[in-house]
Amino acid sequence: MSIDEKTAAHVAKLARIRVEEARLPELAQEFNTILGFIEQLSEVDVDGVEPMVSVTPQRLKRREDVVTAGGDAKRVLSNAPDAREGFFAVPKVVE
Amino acid sequence: MSELSAMKIAEARDALAKGEVTSVELTEACLAEIEGADALGAFAHKTPDKALEMARAADARIKAGDATAMTGIPLGIKDLFCTQGVDSQAASRILEGFRPEYESTVTRQLFEAGAVMLGKLNMDEFAMGSSNETSVYGNAVNPWKVDDRALTPGGSSGGSAAAVSADLCLAATGTDTGGSIRQPAAFTGITGLKPTYGRVSRWGIIAFASSLDQAGPMTKDVRDAAIMLQAMAGHDPMDSTSADLAVPDFEAMLTGDIKGKTIGIPREYRMEGMPQEIEDLWAEGRKMLEDAGAKIVDISLPHTKYALPTYYVIAPAEASSNLARYDGVRYGRRAELGQGDGIVDMYEKTRAEGFGPEVQRRVMVGTYVLSAGFYDAYYNRARKVRTLIKRDFEEAFAQGVDAILTPATPSAAFGLGEMQNADPVQMYLNDVFTVTVNLAGLPGISVPTGLDKSGLPLGLQLIGRPWEEGDLLNTAYALEQAAGYVAKPERWW
Repeated sequence: MSIDEKTAAHVAKLARIRVEEARLPELAQEFNTILGFIEQLSEVDVDGVEPMVSVTPQRLKRREDVVTAGGDAKRVLSNAPDAREGFFAVPKVVE
Repeated sequence: MSELSAMKIAEARDALAKGEVTSVELTEACLAEIEGADALGAFAHKTPDKALEMARAADARIKAGDATAMTGIPLGIKDLFCTQGVDSQAASRILEGFRPEYESTVTRQLFEAGAVMLGKLNMDEFAMGSSNETSVYGNAVNPWKVDDRALTPGGSSGGSAAAVSADLCLAATGTDTGGSIRQPAAFTGITGLKPTYGRVSRWGIIAFASSLDQAGPMTKDVRDAAIMLQAMAGHDPMDSTSADLAVPDFEAMLTGDIKGKTIGIPREYRMEGMPQEIEDLWAEGRKMLEDAGAKIVDISLPHTKYALPTYYVIAPAEASSNLARYDGVRYGRRAELGQGDGIVDMYEKTRAEGFGPEVQRRVMVGTYVLSAGFYDAYYNRARKVRTLIKRDFEEAFAQGVDAILTPATPSAAFGLGEMQNADPVQMYLNDVFTVTVNLAGLPGISVPTGLDKSGLPLGLQLIGRPWEEGDLLNTAYALEQAAGYVAKPERWW
């Protein structure tokens, strides 16, 4: 599997990272190096092997479905690059 | 070098209890060392006022007879830990100016035990790197030096390793996703412990790869690692993967007696092209444990070779998901927007200028291996191989092996910038001996045991059974006693 510039541009788009056109060949090359390294995994016989979901065999704990925190908008917003009137502000989303 | 900042936790604890020294004196000594050590690039954010305030409170507490083993001990904290009201930016531009409104569980527990924070420590950006060269703060530098080259302290906990090794603090926190505590510890001649996955809460630690990340102590010896782990560990309702298990008294388990223990030597760790010095160090370690009364057996961990490729699917996949939160909306930096830029432009520009090249690369590789059509071929296959890697260890332990001895790193510290033109995979090979331990969720410790021919420190790694940090620390203690490693870097900074 070899990644071309078009695929590299698509992946960058999916990852929401702007990549300038001029950098795409280099990026595709780096992906191919890394994926070439990962390709070794296809040698391993994984027939009948379960994919790992948890490295320690524990059941995730559950808790009562009740409100435990909240009502703290000021602190939640304190690190926002743009907060107005108790909300996170972003560029216009709906035309 | 200040004698006070060179103290170990255990020594300082005893001296504090006897009233021979105060926490303010210890803290002032460390702050003075830090001021003179900017050339090491270890501390990214210094918090001297907070440190002295915490030290005064610790002294009051000691006087009142309410001290723990960590009360009054000055520590460095890796920048990956969220510390309330103090810059916490994972060495990334995208978290510039981020001051958390909350305290990570690990730092909260340490501070409640009375430990003092000197500041935040340099690291690779989002803990992605093995040389501390991906940090927005610039490189951290190894206090060890043998010629005119500046050497890497390793990564990602490079600032932590440099600070402990240069006696800028008594100990430091680190985190380890593929070797980020153990490799820098080995490169700087200190002790670094990665606990069992789930032993220490991950809450409030900026996430890289959640199924692999684990915090641990970076200290001047094994006893200090035991003392500090004690304060860091324990069940936390805020982390659903933290284990609801009692935390034993780790320090009390350090008897140095390992008679009758079985130590496994995995044949697959004898890598092609491994330097003779590493081979020799490993053979010496084996001999030391044998002389201390342990039984040495050869074991096989057949899937070792696939650990790094498995890691470089799973870690980027989890990172791409974890780092999706950095979107310029809720915290950190937002890119300057042009006229008519929409929300997607905001995301894309923010992430392009906020993430460094290695982080971008990993986020994109992770996005690719999780994308439709490749999920099974890459991500699911890697998770299956991970099951096999863990099974290799389980089989070794089932045969009666108590701990496994391996080299910690494939070489001593290399020069900063030396890997610049290598492809990314070359850098990844640094973690070849450590990454299996994260994939299997096991505890692992790096202990300095010797110097290479140029005079740089080298470490050995011991890997333990899950939840048996106490037993692992005791074996490490026996190895430390036998190795008698006492070398310190000569001050040049």
